[in-house]
Amino acid sequence: MNWGAVWAIARKDAMVALRTRAVVLPLIIVPLVLMVGVPVLVGLISGMATRLDVPSSDMTELAQSLPAGFGEQYAGLSEVQAGYIYFILYLFAPMYLVLPLMASSVVAADSFAGEKERKTLEALVYTPTTDRELLLAKILGGWIPGSLVGLVGFIIYAIVADIMTFYVAGRIVLPNPLWLLLAFWVGPAAAALGLGVTVIASSRVNTFQEAYQIGSLVVLPVVLLVVGQAAGTFILSDWLVALMGLVLWALNLVIFAIAAATFRRTALMARL
Amino acid sequence: MGATSTTVIVTEGLTRSFGSQVAVDALTVTIEAGEVFGFLGHNGAGKTTTVRMLNGVLAPTAGRVRVFGLDPTTDGHRIRARTGVLTETPALDSRLTARMTLLHFAEIYGVPPRERTRRVDELLALFELEKRADSKVGGFSKGMRQRLALARTLIHDPEIIFLDEPTSGLDPVAIRDVHHTIEQLTHRGRTVFLCTHNLAEAERLCDRVAVLAHGRVLAIGTTQELGSRLNRGHRISLEIEAQDIARAVKLFAATPPVSLAEAVTDRTAVRNGSATIVLHGVSRSEVPAMIQTAIQHDLKLYRVQPEEPSLEDVYFALQEL
Ligand SMILES: Nc1ncnc2c1ncn2[C@@H]1O[C@H](COP(=O)(O)OP(=O)(O)O)[C@@H](O)[C@H]1O
Ligand SMILES: [Mg+2]
Repeated sequence: MNWGAVWAIARKDAMVALRTRAVVLPLIIVPLVLMVGVPVLVGLISGMATRLDVPSSDMTELAQSLPAGFGEQYAGLSEVQAGYIYFILYLFAPMYLVLPLMASSVVAADSFAGEKERKTLEALVYTPTTDRELLLAKILGGWIPGSLVGLVGFIIYAIVADIMTFYVAGRIVLPNPLWLLLAFWVGPAAAALGLGVTVIASSRVNTFQEAYQIGSLVVLPVVLLVVGQAAGTFILSDWLVALMGLVLWALNLVIFAIAAATFRRTALMARL
Repeated sequence: MGATSTTVIVTEGLTRSFGSQVAVDALTVTIEAGEVFGFLGHNGAGKTTTVRMLNGVLAPTAGRVRVFGLDPTTDGHRIRARTGVLTETPALDSRLTARMTLLHFAEIYGVPPRERTRRVDELLALFELEKRADSKVGGFSKGMRQRLALARTLIHDPEIIFLDEPTSGLDPVAIRDVHHTIEQLTHRGRTVFLCTHNLAEAERLCDRVAVLAHGRVLAIGTTQELGSRLNRGHRISLEIEAQDIARAVKLFAATPPVSLAEAVTDRTAVRNGSATIVLHGVSRSEVPAMIQTAIQHDLKLYRVQPEEPSLEDVYFALQEL
């Protein structure tokens, strides 16, 4: 493996993408809206409801649909307060995955389809890399910034969420095992998945925008998770999140094995 | 295959089709180290496709290729480590500066870290890009881009340099610079594979030339060997008295090495009572003799101009054989 070349290509991809407005804008706006805007907004409403002393029953009613142990852990809180913590810890959790998914997919769209658009691919195929090295370089170039955006998003969320839960309920709730699993186990897997899908999409389309739009479709399963949990179909637990990560990694393994088996620069050039 | 130790490229019946279209048709060539080999042909003749196959970035449909004794299909990366390719379009990322571009490729090509900055500075100086070294490529002129792409091609000091139409679309000064660079490379013993549609360029720079049309080699040899046939591509135009035109056509048609004398009949060629006649097959060195002939036969000459050589005439001459 020619690691020098792989690392050089990956690093340049990541670096240049992070200097491109079409890439950076969504990478800033989405985390801000999602990881700051939503918890703050919901927190302010919950906080007001608590302070206005809106008549609320205690938690016993809510408790049936809550994860095991949640009731004991947050005993003594009003329904609004516990509800907000539930929102922060569980309801919102699947939404977090949008971050690494979207980030890696936007960078990959830039590095693969954008490469076609800017006609820079030809310089790259003539480098002394093997097909496998070139693919790996391109994957790392999207995966590293994707995962990083996910981790930074998690840190921001943890800080904002703690401030808001303290404001609403006088508690600090993050980080907890479930969110650590999300950020360090599921997030990077989601980043890889967003990447894989976009890479495949990129080989079919010609512009950054098209690739990005198709790549964005990977967000759909996340929406299903959000809706499913809100509707009470299931509740996330540590082991469920761990399992989710495992499934995603397995899926990635399949996708990238197929990519490695089919990615040929000669095929790219035959279409150029 | 009779490959000697200095043979760097050998192809035998190398063929590539796209659907029913044959882009490169049974190409058989042998290129020695240190040669400047010209690949001469019009757009669509199969030049770029050949360069791609030789570097293992496009698979041949049939035939055999060896570069440095390696098969590009399986050892492409080993070949590419020792070749440099100037692609038809510069393929530069407009968001990087010139220096970043070169440093990036130096790293990809495994130029040792200690040598990178020196090598990059050298190339920036050689291609007169120092002043703009830290500007984004996006703002570069076509000539500057071409120079930067050429610098990138040479970053790892490759043994074979493929130049795919290196001067097309450049202004005369930029063309002169590129030609100068190619001459320097050959002085340093590098092998150059030059794709061009410019006959004069091929004649000036190349030791040997393959003339290509529709994927087929029409002729291959040293420029001297092909001499008279390549000469067919040269033309000069003479502006003379309009009333003398018929006499001049007859006269020059019978004067060697003129292969064809034709009166230019469109309106712009006729002005102030003078008209233009084009003599095919006359190269620059034969211009004085033509002028002398004209004077001897009392033709009034107003203007003599060598024209851009025409590949068509070369094709025509080659197909006659
Ligand atoms: N990727 C491709 N797909 C289909 N046809 C191609 C492709 N590349 C080249 N061709 C065709 O092959 C022929 C030779 O092309 P090319 O090698 O680019 O010629 P040149 O470089 O001499 O201009 C042309 O007719 C061109 O249209
Ligand atoms: Mg070409």
